[in-house]
Amino acid sequence: MSFALETAAHPEGLRRVAIDPVSRVEGHGKVTLLLDEHNHVQQARLHIVEFRGFEKFIEGRPYWEVPVMVQRLCGICPVSHHLAASKAFDRVLGATPISASAEAVRRLMHYGQMLQSHALHFFHLSSPDLLFGFDSPVAQRNIVGVAQAHPEIAKKGILLRKFGQEIIRITAGKRVHGTGAVPGGVNKLVSAEERDSLKRELPQMLAWAQDAVDIAKQLHAQNPALYNRFGSFRSNLLSIVRADGAMDLYNGVLRVRDEAGHILVDGVDDQKYLDLIEEEVRPWSYMKFPHLRSLGRELGWYRVGPLARVQNCDFIPSERAEIERQAFVDWGKGEPVHATLAYHWARMIEMLHAVEVIAELLDDPALLSGDLLTSGQRQRSGVGIIEAPRGTLIHDYDVGDNDLVTRCNLIVSTTHNNQAMNEAVRSVARDYLDGHELTEGLLNHIEVAIRAYDPCLSCATHALGQMPLDVTLLAADGTVLDRVQKSALGGVSRSINHSSDEISL
Amino acid sequence: MNLPMQPAHQAAPLLVLGWGNLSRGDDALGPACVAALQARLPAHLNEQVEFLDDYQLQIEHALDLVGRQAVLFIDASLSCAAPFEVQNPQPRRDTSYSSHALSPEALLQVFSDVQGQDPPPATLLAIRGEAFELGQPMSAAAQAHLEAALDWALAWVMTTLTSSLT
Repeated sequence: MSFALETAAHPEGLRRVAIDPVSRVEGHGKVTLLLDEHNHVQQARLHIVEFRGFEKFIEGRPYWEVPVMVQRLCGICPVSHHLAASKAFDRVLGATPISASAEAVRRLMHYGQMLQSHALHFFHLSSPDLLFGFDSPVAQRNIVGVAQAHPEIAKKGILLRKFGQEIIRITAGKRVHGTGAVPGGVNKLVSAEERDSLKRELPQMLAWAQDAVDIAKQLHAQNPALYNRFGSFRSNLLSIVRADGAMDLYNGVLRVRDEAGHILVDGVDDQKYLDLIEEEVRPWSYMKFPHLRSLGRELGWYRVGPLARVQNCDFIPSERAEIERQAFVDWGKGEPVHATLAYHWARMIEMLHAVEVIAELLDDPALLSGDLLTSGQRQRSGVGIIEAPRGTLIHDYDVGDNDLVTRCNLIVSTTHNNQAMNEAVRSVARDYLDGHELTEGLLNHIEVAIRAYDPCLSCATHALGQMPLDVTLLAADGTVLDRVQKSALGGVSRSINHSSDEISL
Repeated sequence: MNLPMQPAHQAAPLLVLGWGNLSRGDDALGPACVAALQARLPAHLNEQVEFLDDYQLQIEHALDLVGRQAVLFIDASLSCAAPFEVQNPQPRRDTSYSSHALSPEALLQVFSDVQGQDPPPATLLAIRGEAFELGQPMSAAAQAHLEAALDWALAWVMTTLTSSLT
C-alpha cells in the first residue's frame, strides 16, 4: 500500500486531464490526470468537495432537533444520518441501552434503508455498466446473456426500493426525512396492520434479493479476468461487527483487518473511535484522509462499505446471506477479495441479508408494544456509529448544559473511502489509460471505478444543470489540446484545438 | 413474470412533482412551488391533480407516473434563463456516476423500461436559482422567479385539465 501516482515528481512538464463538473457546487467530484508526452499517467487524483458547513449548520442547535436536521444532509441515506445522530444522543441522555421496542423499530428502519439504497445502486446505477459492459466487447458477449435472462431487472429494482421506502415510511413516519427515532428511543411503534402489509411482500422480496446475488455472482464467474483485475488493490478493511464477530449493520464494535485478512484491531468501543482513527488534511483536496493512528498515513488507510463488511465479519447471522458470504470468501481463495467491482457482489449479499433481517424483525413482538423511551444519567458528549449503505458513518457531538450542540464531527463513508477511491482511480488509470489516447470510453472506466463506491456527493442539492462532466487535455503550456464534454443528459461533444466545430461521439 | 406496477389508488389525471432540499437556499424552489401551486388551485379541482414533493428525484417516482394523463416536473436550475424555462423532457438513459442524482429524462426512461410503453407527456418547469448553501433561506431573486413561475404553472394546470377532460 503506497501512494504511487498521487504526486508526480515533475508536474510542471505534464499535460493535465480533468474530468470536472462545470458547476463547482458543493458535493461534486472531479478527476485530474497528468500525462507525459507519451500519454503515460504520472499523477491521478480524485477530488470530492464534501460537507462544507455541515458541522456549522448543526452547532448551536438544540440536541433534540439534530436527528431530524441531519437528514437534510442527504436525500439518499437520510435514515443513516437520522439513526447515527439518535444513537449519539442516546449516549448524551444516558439512554444505554434503549428499550427493546425502540431498538427493534430502529433496526427495522435501518435495514429498510439498506435494502432500498442497495437496490437503487445495483439495479439502476451500476447495472448498465455491469450488464452491458463498459468498453469491453468480450464482457458484452457474455453479459448480455445474463441481461436477457433477467428481463425484469429494472422493475425488480424499483419494487425492492419501494418496499424499503415503505418500511422507512412506517417506522419513521415519512418516506423521506421522518422523525421516528428520537434521542433515547423512538416516538412510535409499528401497528399489526403495518406489520402484516410488509409481511405479505416478504416472499417476493426475498426471491428477488436472492436473484440479485445470483446475477452479481454470475458476472464474476463469466468474466473473472475483468472482475478480478479492474480497480483491484490491497487495503485494510474497517467496519463495526457484533461482539461475537457477526455482521451487524446497526450496532457493534470497531474491527480492522489487514490486507491479508488478519485481524489488526478488534473490539474497539465506538465511543473511543478517535483512539483508533485520525484524519489527515492534504493540500490538494477538500476531503480529509482518515487512517489508523497506529499505522500512520501510508499503511493505515482502509476501505469501508460492503466489500469490507462482508469480509470483516466472521459470519452473517442469517441463513441465505451466510451461504452467499461463504461463496464470496471462497472466491478469494484464502485471501481477501480486493477487486473494486466485488463491491457490487458484496452489496447484493448485504441486500439479501437485509431482507432476512427484516423478516426476523417483523416477527418480533417488541415492534408492536413496549416502552418508547429510556433515560439515564446525562452526559456531555456522545458518539453514534452505524454502518450506512456506503460504509461506516460516525456522528460525534458535545452538548452544553443549555442543551445546545457545542461541537459536531461527522465522518461519512465517502471520507473513510477517500484514499481507497483515489487508489481505484489510479489503478484504472494505470491499467487502461496509460499510453493510450483518451476516449470517452476509457474515461468511463474511471467513472465505473468511482461508481462502485457510490460516493455521497454531499448531496440533496441536485438542481438541474449541475452534473455535466468536462474533460480537458492541456499541454504543458496550458494550451487546450482536446476537450470532451458530457452533459447531464449523457450527450457527448468534442472540440479539438479550440475549434468551434463540434463532433458527436 | 408480470409485476404489479399499478398505482395503489385511482391516479389523478395530472401529477405535479417538485423536488429539492428546503434547507439549501434556492434548492427549495421545487417543493415551494408545489406547495404554493396546490394552495392556489381551485378547490373543485383537487381530485384532478396530485401534488408530490421530495428531496430528490429517484427511480421509485416512476411508479407515481403510472396512470397519468400529464406530468409537470418542477426543479430549481442553475443553467436556465431567469426567471424560468419550460422544457419537454424525453426518455433518455442517465450517465451519472452516482446514485445521488436522477434527471427527469432518466426517470422517464425508467418508466419506459419497466412499463414497456411511452411515459405520459411530461413538462419540466425549471426555475432559476442562484444560491444553494446549506442553512440559507431562499434568495430574493429566487423568490421573484418563483412568483413568475407560479403564474405560468397555474395556467398550465388549468389548460391541461381543460384539454384532458375534453
